[in-house]
Amino acid sequence: MNKFKLALTAGVLSLSPISAFAADSNDPIVIPIHNWSSQIVMSNVVGQLLEMNGNAVEYVTTDSQAVYESVRLGDVTMELEVWEGAFGASFRAALEKGGIVDVGDHDAVTREDWWYPMWTKDACPGLPSWKALNDCAAVFATAETGDKGRYLDGPVDWLKHGQERVEALGMDFVVVNAGSAAALWAEIGAAEADKRPVVVFNWTPNFAEAVWPGEFVEFPAWEDGCDKDPAVGPNPDALYDCGNPATGYLKKAAWDGMEAKWPSAYAILEKVSFTNPQIAEMAKLVDIDELEPEEAAEVWLEANKDVWKSWLN
Amino acid sequence: MSVETATLPKSPRAYSNIQIAVAFVAAAFGLTILQYIGLLPAWLHRLPETIIPNFAGWLDALFNFVKDDLGLLAFTRFLTEGLEWLLDFSANIFFGKRRFPNVGPIPWTAMAAVAAVIGYYLGGWRLALLGGGTMVWTALIGQWKIAMQTMSVLAIAAPLAFAIGLSLGIAAWKYDWVDRAIKPILSILQTLPFFTYLLPAVIFFKVGPTAGAVATTIYAIPPMILMTTLGLKKVSPEVVEAGKMSGCTKAQMLRHVYIPSARTEILVGVNQVIMLCLAMVVLTAFIGMPGLGAKLLAMMGSFKLGRSFEIGVTIVLLAVMLDRMSKAWVIKQPEHFERGTPWWKRHSMLLLGIGLFSGFTLLSLVVPFLAEVGRGQDLSQGKELDNLIKGFLDIELVKATTGFLRAFLNVQVLIPFRNFMLSIPTPAFILLVTAFALALAGKREAVFALIFFSLVALSGWWDRAIITLYSVISAVSLAALIGLPIGILAARSEKWSQRALLVCDTAQTFPSFVYLIPAIMLFGITDIAVIFSILIFAMVPLTRYTIEGLRTVPEEMTEAADMAGSTRMQKLWNVQLPLALPTMAVGFNQAIMFAFFMVIIAAFIGTQDLGQELQRTLAGTDLGKNFVLGICVSLMALTFDLTIMKWAADKKRMLGLA
Repeated sequence: MNKFKLALTAGVLSLSPISAFAADSNDPIVIPIHNWSSQIVMSNVVGQLLEMNGNAVEYVTTDSQAVYESVRLGDVTMELEVWEGAFGASFRAALEKGGIVDVGDHDAVTREDWWYPMWTKDACPGLPSWKALNDCAAVFATAETGDKGRYLDGPVDWLKHGQERVEALGMDFVVVNAGSAAALWAEIGAAEADKRPVVVFNWTPNFAEAVWPGEFVEFPAWEDGCDKDPAVGPNPDALYDCGNPATGYLKKAAWDGMEAKWPSAYAILEKVSFTNPQIAEMAKLVDIDELEPEEAAEVWLEANKDVWKSWLN
Repeated sequence: MSVETATLPKSPRAYSNIQIAVAFVAAAFGLTILQYIGLLPAWLHRLPETIIPNFAGWLDALFNFVKDDLGLLAFTRFLTEGLEWLLDFSANIFFGKRRFPNVGPIPWTAMAAVAAVIGYYLGGWRLALLGGGTMVWTALIGQWKIAMQTMSVLAIAAPLAFAIGLSLGIAAWKYDWVDRAIKPILSILQTLPFFTYLLPAVIFFKVGPTAGAVATTIYAIPPMILMTTLGLKKVSPEVVEAGKMSGCTKAQMLRHVYIPSARTEILVGVNQVIMLCLAMVVLTAFIGMPGLGAKLLAMMGSFKLGRSFEIGVTIVLLAVMLDRMSKAWVIKQPEHFERGTPWWKRHSMLLLGIGLFSGFTLLSLVVPFLAEVGRGQDLSQGKELDNLIKGFLDIELVKATTGFLRAFLNVQVLIPFRNFMLSIPTPAFILLVTAFALALAGKREAVFALIFFSLVALSGWWDRAIITLYSVISAVSLAALIGLPIGILAARSEKWSQRALLVCDTAQTFPSFVYLIPAIMLFGITDIAVIFSILIFAMVPLTRYTIEGLRTVPEEMTEAADMAGSTRMQKLWNVQLPLALPTMAVGFNQAIMFAFFMVIIAAFIGTQDLGQELQRTLAGTDLGKNFVLGICVSLMALTFDLTIMKWAADKKRMLGLA
């Protein structure tokens, strides 16, 4: 029924150009969907808001790095979660090439770094300090890594710098790249069974915080230029000798033709902003409550009317 | 008839191939020993970075030239629009995307009824049950819409692949030069890892279902071409003569004589097209193909193993259903009716299908459940399955076994083996491979091996190529250790042969990605999980060809052995196995090809080989690098393919089996 109403509104809006202030194009707005839940639900939330606004919306599953190229070409209209740590580089590269615009930040801050589930602390009480972690490296050893500890980094295409950091800080760890986020969760899940200590790559906001309570390892604090200037950070001769920024941005990006083609939708996108708890809540609806993403978006919209009411025109 | 005498054709030259090969191996040993005692100069161990040509850069320049300056991008984007219209059309029919012609979605009950009727028409009650049952499962488990998203793309991609493959196949049969031009391209296409299809598809055909459809189509074309040419070549001269005598034009000859006579091969090609399309379902999700694959990736991404498992079952059921139906179509001969049979009788199945279809469509207007299984009405048991799987992994025995395998196989066998392979100097390794090709196949193959592996060395990805090769060799060896005995045991009785072949058939229809799930769950992110997933995949052809080889040993031979009073063991070792060896070699070759294919997909678990780098290129627009990596895999696979197939063919001829 809901869909029918939306279609009707859309139809009415497109038939009466005078009533609509800014005549958005009838072409569908294409929203990319990646492989983690909060992004999928958030995309559906914004998609449903735009449908209320009378826009046609379509979703497309894409790679989270390659998407910036697609946004630039206009194949995809927007990207709702640009994580500073994970996608900052791809986003900046696309900005330089042109075709993509920065539509502002969410209230949420992001952090991604080495992380451990709480039970790890029993085996290595000095945590979260990175020095303490290094002192109990042997606790994290596996059959394959010998007497060094194992750190499970994110997939290679996330372009993390775990290896560089291990070298820069002289840590007794071997960096192993997981092939996918699924592989990371599989590892934590397997470790949970016998409370085996593990240290893996993780990020916030993320559903994992709700399933496995844990903490980030505290590395030397991030300073600007740590990834470009060897002099920055404790090791004067190495890059990546700091932790990742503890308060990274979470941006929205759009194709630069969007404002002209769908002005009112663009105006909404500019106002959209979510906080960490809101994003975690979205992920939870899917990951813990097992709702389908579009259903989760409906539930979230229903429960948070006061958040988004003012965004609509 | 021992193996040695058979592989030693007398060479007229001074040195036989074997002698040269032995010399190569000796040289390789020398180099490796020098490396171990530290006397080998570094430039002989690995090619220095400075002399490695910038293939990726050149290719990138070439691609950009073709893409932008020659306007290929504009052209493909133009094609994309046409393709998009087709996809939107089928998307509307299958799952009701709001596009022209705005009639869909078809109610699931109507679809299930039609599937059952088609099944009945092709293969009786059992296929009817399979067809209808698959559809009912998909709907009741709550995956109808995503399954139809997948089907809507396949419904375009598979016919496209069929049409293109058929025309190219006809062209290759008609004109010799087309055949000669197409053959090498086909061999490369068939060994090229699939990640290499994905990136160009995105760049040229836009992220989303269009790119997915294009990658799927291209991937599925080669067997169609091969089967078409094969079928047309086999048409008997008598039939052709008959056609000519009745005064057929060229087009009529093709339409009414050649194609009907080559029907079986062409339909086998259709079966292959469908299976390859399904194999792409999950992998194209990386480039925006909607449907089951995308959902599976998302579910695995949030570690919902139960739901992933359910989606895996749906994919497998669809694959088995389409496979069985298209195979039944191959066997089913066209029906002929007597003159004067009433129209409705000749088309009774068609009428039944239409009747049920409209019946259920109308009924679903009254009963919404029959049109769409709503939220919360499905029978998905995701959470319960999750707990079941977790419980299984928690059993002490399971933990102890996987723990032991990790500790023993990984640390004692696999890792030392990998380090050993990495320690062999590049030139020594190339010599070894060349010697292998020379001893098994001959000079021509040896030259190819030399050129191919030298190119891999020049690509600058040598270490990763060796790690890829290490995974392939370890997995295939382990698969042989398990698969061959199973094959030999099963081949002892007709009944067990049939059963084992059925299992192999079914396992082969599983989309490759499905094999990764148990591997990750059991072994985590280790080499052993990678090897394990390749192993199950590669074991299938090994077992199947062993059975087929042993079962087709001429009866005279086994009887002769029986009469000579040999024991069962003697008969097996001295008669059956030597005679079955060429067929088994074909299986071995296929296992290697499967392994090369799977090792790249295993990047999803986490590897350090070419697959990992290929996966990394997917995140960008590095077409050049993507291609170089893909070609590396292809060259290595081709070396094995050429060598083993030549050996098997020689051997067959020598044994008089050809």
